[in-house]
Formats: sequence, C-alpha cells, structure tokens
Amino acid sequence: MIVSGSGLVEALRAGRFVVTAELGPPRGADTDVVRKKGRALRGWVDAVNITDNQGGFVRLSSLAGSLVLLDEGVDPVMQLTARDRNRIALQSDLVSAAALGVRNVLLLSGDHPSYGDHPDAKPVFDLDSTQMVWTARNLRDHGQLLSGRSLDPPPDLHIGAVENPFAPPVGFRARRLAKKVRAGAEYVQTQLVFDVGAFAGWMAEVRDLGLHERAHIIAGIGPIVSPQALEHMRTKVPGVHVPDAVATRLLRAGTEGFTEEALRVCAESIHRIRAIEGVSGIHLMAFGREHLIPEIVDRSGLDRSRFDMNACGSRERSADAG
Amino acid sequence: MPPPRAVPTRPALSSRTLYRLHRLLEPNGLYRFVARVVERHAWLRRPFTRTEESVKRKVFGCRMCGQCALPVTGYACPMTCPKQLRNGPCGGVLPDGGCEVYPGERCVWLIAVERAEAGGHAGDLERLHRPIDQRQWGESSWINYWQGRDDGLWTEPGGRATPVDLGLPVLVTGKGDRER
Ligand code: SF4
Repeated sequence: MIVSGSGLVEALRAGRFVVTAELGPPRGADTDVVRKKGRALRGWVDAVNITDNQGGFVRLSSLAGSLVLLDEGVDPVMQLTARDRNRIALQSDLVSAAALGVRNVLLLSGDHPSYGDHPDAKPVFDLDSTQMVWTARNLRDHGQLLSGRSLDPPPDLHIGAVENPFAPPVGFRARRLAKKVRAGAEYVQTQLVFDVGAFAGWMAEVRDLGLHERAHIIAGIGPIVSPQALEHMRTKVPGVHVPDAVATRLLRAGTEGFTEEALRVCAESIHRIRAIEGVSGIHLMAFGREHLIPEIVDRSGLDRSRFDMNACGSRERSADAG
Repeated sequence: MPPPRAVPTRPALSSRTLYRLHRLLEPNGLYRFVARVVERHAWLRRPFTRTEESVKRKVFGCRMCGQCALPVTGYACPMTCPKQLRNGPCGGVLPDGGCEVYPGERCVWLIAVERAEAGGHAGDLERLHRPIDQRQWGESSWINYWQGRDDGLWTEPGGRATPVDLGLPVLVTGKGDRER
C-alpha cells in the first residue's frame, strides 16, 4: 500500500522549520521497542530516522523499523549504508521501501565494520554515498537501474544525504556536499553540531554555493547526557567534535546537573541555529535516550502545534497484517 | 592474487612531477594500438599488467582496480581508502586528519584534496565519479585508459553550484556495450 504524502516532504515544502529525530532499532526479533519509541515521538517531530545497523552492530533492519513507524503513524526516514549492500541489494532495498510506503531515504557510506560487533565481516562499499544518491535519483527520475534496464513503476523517493561540516578537510566539506546535491540529494542531515560558530561558517560556504536553495539543510543536535557520554563522544565517535568550551561547561554542572545542562546546551544551540540563514531544520540524535527528545523540542521553543499529527495517520492496516 | 589491504597511501612522487608525467601517458594512436595488441595476447598482457602493478604499487599503493582515478585525484589513489570512496572523504576523518579505520594514517582524500588544490586542479575535486566495474580488478588500467574505456568514469567539473542537470552519463556495466 502506498501512503500518499510524507510528513517530512510536506513540512519542507511548506517551508516549516522541521524537526527529525533518530531512533536506533533494538538487537532482537521484536518490534515493540520501535513501536513504543515511535509512538512517544509522534506529534513531536516531522519524521524519525531509523538507523541501519549503526556503527556496524547488528540490529533490526532499517526497513523493518521504518515499516513499524509507518504503522504507528510516524513518517520514517530509512537510512541505508554502502557498508553492507552492493548495487543489486541497494536498488532492491530502495524499490522495496518505496513500494511499501517508505519515501524518505538517507544514503550514507556508513561506519567501517572494524568498529562494530563483526569486525571480521567483508566490507562491501560497492558504491560510495554520492553514487548511492545518484543511483536513487536515476531510479526515480529515469526509472532506470544502474544496468540501464528500466523499472516500472519507478520508486517515489525523497533522497537524503549526510555531511559532516567539522571533519577535515573542512574547507572542502561544502564542495563535497555540492557533489551530493548535484547527484540528487534533496535534503541533508549533518553530523552533531556542538560548535555553532564553526557550523555557521560552513553554512556561509553552503550559501555561497547556493546549496541551501537546492537542498534542505538539517542540522544535527544531540544531548550529551553524562560525563561518560562526553568521554565516549570525544574519543570513540568518528567525526564528532565537542569543543572544549562545551565540555567544560557540561563538566562544571557536575554529575547531578549534567543532563539538565546538556538539555540547556541543546536548546541554546537550536535557538542560534534557527537564526542562521538557509537552515531548514534540526535532526535530534539522543542515542537511546529518545525520551529526551520531546523535552528538547519543548525547551527550544519550537511550536508543537505545527506538527501534523496525522502525517501518515491515514494508513490503515488490519491488526493481523501488522 | 587478491588486492592488498586498503590502507591510505601517500604517493611517493610529487603531484607536480606526476601531472607532468601524465602528459607522456595520454592516449594517442600508438598507445591505442599497443594496448590493443597487448590485450589480445596473454603472453604480452600478463607481464605488461604485472609491470604496471609493481610500478604503481610502489608509487601509489595501487590495488589494481583497473579503472584508474589518479589523474583527477591529485594522484592519490582513492582505492587505498578502506571504504573505497571515489567521490571524496567520509565524515569520519579524525580532527588531526587521520583515517577513521587506520588512525595512524592520513586520510587519502585529504592528501588528494591538498595535492589537487596545490597543483591548480581543484576543479577535479568537483567531478562526480560513477560506480566502477568491479570485474576490472586485476586488469591493466593503462590498457583500459588508452583504449578510451575510462572516458565516462567521471563527469566534467561541476563548476560552482550550477543548478543545471549535469546529464550524468548513463551507467553501463555490460562489457560488450561500453561505448555509450
Ligand atoms: S588503478 Fe585503481 S587502485 Fe590502482 S592507482 Fe589507479 S585508482 Fe588506485
């Protein structure tokens, strides 16, 4: 069944400042966790990303998670990495997702398996992230597989990509994003922003290239909830940059006040990011603490009533089909 | 023989030298003829390919993907990237420029960007590289290059944010219908 319209597409098209959130599926053959977390987020965000075996750790698949979200009336963003699928699997996954009503896809190269729970796995990387975006656009706009064969009907996809404004070579990051946009990316979710000043600098380059007019830029935001999380974020997560000022501020709050301070940092960052020209929204990553997301949305002064509670609510499924 | 592990590798020669050297290797009638003859005869092809391999492995850490990207990557081989990224660095590059997978090694795309920009070839970095033909691993990239098979491997530089559709080349994978 194809659900017409997508919460995220419509919100972006309407020019609203969107909020998306990340949800990591569980390790286990049970959809309950996704269902509950999805339900708790409904009405607070425009769409929810389902990660794809994030960090190279085996989980429920992003397609399965996305279907569960659809069932809960939440617009899913299905993440797909190049790490685990060659061009055959990728194209099949894209077509399957669209056929089942999952429209937003986020295409990324993905973490190398060496950091996951199967470091002995064969890393696929048949295509890179830019080529994945290109492939998806080829499928949708030309109804054509990479082989040149046609596909009928073509999948209706909303194609997303990622960028990390803070990773070297910093001066090349906007141009790299330009490649993805030229390849077909319609929206971009960024790595976590802790250094708003540096992000603003990157956005200036993005605007110089006119990318904000051709793709929606959505800034990554996330709370660092404990000193351990801070340590982990600073040393273990590739591509995340936590400036000293932010770290000092959080540590000064002490163990008790840590989470509170983290939420305050988030709200302030969102406030400042909203003021940057060309930013279309925020993407909240809470790493398992999804219950904090409504709190962050609330504190950041984003008007909750804007969210269409029934973005995908028209989808009806018989109980046993779920 | 399977290709060696993909570990970011800094080329042993300066980009200046290599941009210059490249002019000598550009396809022409003679090279095309040689490539055609060498390809047809296994007793020529094998030593030719092995020679290419040993030279390029020493200089670039070449892994013999068979569809060489070097001329547009500042002569830093993108296939030494553990993720085989042909279109630029991933988001995991460490703050000091180290590779996410091999923190002690400098990200090969950082090397590529620096070399291309220093050599006045920044425009090359804007090219979109199409997916490679994975069947070409182990084949001679020179034979492919001289016979014009690499022509659709990447697009022209995109210019600064042109809103026009680039008319990306149709991606072909069939061996028999390489010409588009
Ligand atoms: S042939 Fe392939 S592996 Fe060898 S140097 Fe060129 S791009 Fe790298």
